[in-house]
Amino acid sequence: MEIIRVENLRYVYKSSSGDKVALDDINFSINDGEFVAIIGTNGSGKSTLAKHFNALLLPTTGKIFIDGLDTSDEKNLWAVRENVGMVFQNPDSEIVAAIVEDDVAFGLENLGIEPNKIRERVDLALDAVNMSDYKKFAPSKLSGGQKQRIAIAGVIAMGTKIIVFDEPTAMLDPMGRREIMQMVKRLHTQGKTIIYITHFMEEAAEAQRVFVMESGQIIRDDTPREIFTDVKEMRRLGFDIPVAAELADRLRKKNFKLPPKILTADELVEALK
Amino acid sequence: MISVKDVSYIYMKGTPFEKTALENISFDVAEGEVLAIAGHTGSGKSTLIQIMAGLIDLQSGFVEIDNLPVTDKKIRRLVGIVFQYPEHQLFEETVELDIAFAPKNFELSDAEISARVEEAMRLVGLPPELKKVSPFELSGGQRRRVAIAGILALKPKYLILDEPTAGLDPLAKENLLKEIFGTVKKSGVTIILVSHNMEDIVRFANRVIVLAQGKILFNGTPRELFVQDKILARAGLEPPPITQLLHKLGIEENILSLDEAEKIILRRFHLPNST
Repeated sequence: MEIIRVENLRYVYKSSSGDKVALDDINFSINDGEFVAIIGTNGSGKSTLAKHFNALLLPTTGKIFIDGLDTSDEKNLWAVRENVGMVFQNPDSEIVAAIVEDDVAFGLENLGIEPNKIRERVDLALDAVNMSDYKKFAPSKLSGGQKQRIAIAGVIAMGTKIIVFDEPTAMLDPMGRREIMQMVKRLHTQGKTIIYITHFMEEAAEAQRVFVMESGQIIRDDTPREIFTDVKEMRRLGFDIPVAAELADRLRKKNFKLPPKILTADELVEALK
Repeated sequence: MISVKDVSYIYMKGTPFEKTALENISFDVAEGEVLAIAGHTGSGKSTLIQIMAGLIDLQSGFVEIDNLPVTDKKIRRLVGIVFQYPEHQLFEETVELDIAFAPKNFELSDAEISARVEEAMRLVGLPPELKKVSPFELSGGQRRRVAIAGILALKPKYLILDEPTAGLDPLAKENLLKEIFGTVKKSGVTIILVSHNMEDIVRFANRVIVLAQGKILFNGTPRELFVQDKILARAGLEPPPITQLLHKLGIEENILSLDEAEKIILRRFHLPNST
């Protein structure tokens, strides 16, 4: 079932030095429970698109519907935001409270939910991100990965159907990145619709569907396998190519007969057996 | 040469929150080398580089830069440090003014400052016509270059870079790495690269120091490091993906690049496979 629909979306940033088209004629539909990754160079429009999902930005022209609700209709604003949670790049700019559990409760308090219900949802959310032991901690005492998990707990507590991640691992070390990726995959298997913006191709490869953005447009919409095994196109776009795909491409050029579209190390190992 | 001897550091010393950040750290950095410092969050990397730049006072041990104690103000001209996300610290109206900000504190003539700004911009690949542009109108990759140029304009002999490509897209990252380890390095500066990206360390560093829980677990070449599975695991690091792939193929030698991988597979699997 369709949960997000974008129709002829165009967004223009207005500034004194002239207008800049950030998004141009974007069209797509995402089903309930899908996991979509968005990749593209800096300035390709990824973050601008992300901010449209919960009406932080409204289309200059065109429409975006969240669960059938038009985001540009002001009376839908709260309903849209109750459907779409956002996790941003820098955990330090997302955390507002002095104690972990207060931070997770922040969004719920704003919705006017009763205190005992809040307590229950906060505990469940902290448990879901394995941070229950830290509920009385000051966020400043946590690592980047732990802070990002608190931010995710905040979104889980809100119970939104859709979660948009805008480069959540950009500032984390490899361990922190792995933790967040596991969390995202778990949320997906629990039925959440995930939109995941990243510069890390191995993270995008975990999605069911990948959008490639360039100059404000979605130029590809396909499975990770189709996208990441197109070594030539990946190179043209300046993306990192998964090592197994790149090595397979080199070996084919040396007359190795390998099956097409090898993406993972395990597949290459299997093919070389 | 930078000499670090028996350096230990404890945060909030003498309080119940006391936390050891560094424990008996000793190593040297030779002129002209690229030394990588690897380790995950909380391993002590940031504390160590701030001590090396004289930004945190020593508690025990000593640090010497070209035979000057790190407490000597003269070292401020020798060691440049670029923090993570340095573009967050840009504030001037134009690129030129921003890069010139630090050199202006060093009593240099206007002509010298302007020559240094131009040279620094050249080193990081910023076209001269951007001089009069506001840094806030530039792309993320260019803003980062402006911030790095601001440090290069001090003409440091030793340049410490803390995760210089964090958050950049793959293309911007690759271009910046090429500039840092091409033009910038050729200008003669000694580079200390803080990174947890093993691919970058393999490509650019002569030597790598691995920190975990404030101690040095390893000090040697990247190639030597990747046979040390236990050390990597303890430090929360992983060999580069290509090395891991070849291990899965049962090739135990340490393969660090696609070229090496291609060669060894051609040799081992010399008959083209018939699947």
